[in-house]
Amino acid sequence: MSENRHIAFICSKGNLDMVYPALVMGWAALGNGIDVTIFFTFWGMDMINKHRVDHLEVPPVANSSMKMNMMGVPGYIGIPQILGVIPGMTPFASALMKSKMKALGVPTVREYLEMLSDGGAKMYACKMSVDMFKLSKDDFLPCVEDIVTAGDFMDMTDGAQIIFI
Amino acid sequence: MATKTFAGKTVQVNDEGFMTNPAEWDREIAVEIAKEEGIDPLTDAHWKVIDFCRAEGTKTGKAPTLRQITTGTGLSTKELFTLFPKGPAKKVAHISGLGKPEGCV
Repeated sequence: MSENRHIAFICSKGNLDMVYPALVMGWAALGNGIDVTIFFTFWGMDMINKHRVDHLEVPPVANSSMKMNMMGVPGYIGIPQILGVIPGMTPFASALMKSKMKALGVPTVREYLEMLSDGGAKMYACKMSVDMFKLSKDDFLPCVEDIVTAGDFMDMTDGAQIIFI
Repeated sequence: MATKTFAGKTVQVNDEGFMTNPAEWDREIAVEIAKEEGIDPLTDAHWKVIDFCRAEGTKTGKAPTLRQITTGTGLSTKELFTLFPKGPAKKVAHISGLGKPEGCV
């Protein structure tokens, strides 16, 4: 392993299933002595928005990999898309996923971000997205160090491996 | 299988230098491996973590993950990263004579 390996994640999604990859890999990186920077942009800002972080969801609509075996139905039977649009289906799927992760001992998003921050990861929100969504630093969790431009992000990730999610 | 000598004792190690037989481990060896990892001396707080890992390793056959360590010892994530800077997951397991932790959190 090289001395100063550095990994940067760009989190652009807010769906529950898309917020975990950076958290899991970022945590693994810190555990292995790799520097971590995370840049939250667009929907990814839901992860660090203190009003949103505990309410992230995963919609069953247009998700062809979500099968009913998650609910204990044997085989790989799909969820008819027409059922997916029924009110309550998204909270149902989200609650199911959260309960499965809890059973595995996976921390919540809020807790994961705190662990990453305590482990030394640097986290930033995207200036353009912040302006577009009319947010301010007060809307974010304390783990967010600053609101920065894409150019700032490029400067601070010089030489890093970058993963876009 | 490669071997390595710590504190006058020869132990089996893998390619990455992790001990492969936890039974060969003792506290003197831990002190030597810690030096290799840049941690010297080992304080009571370090030993609290190492002792916990040894106990877990004996019980489960695996090195505990960072989260299992913080939950099990009551130390915070910050404290753990201060005690074992730059990669506690690997360092703790290495010093404790266990394999790399297998869990993800």
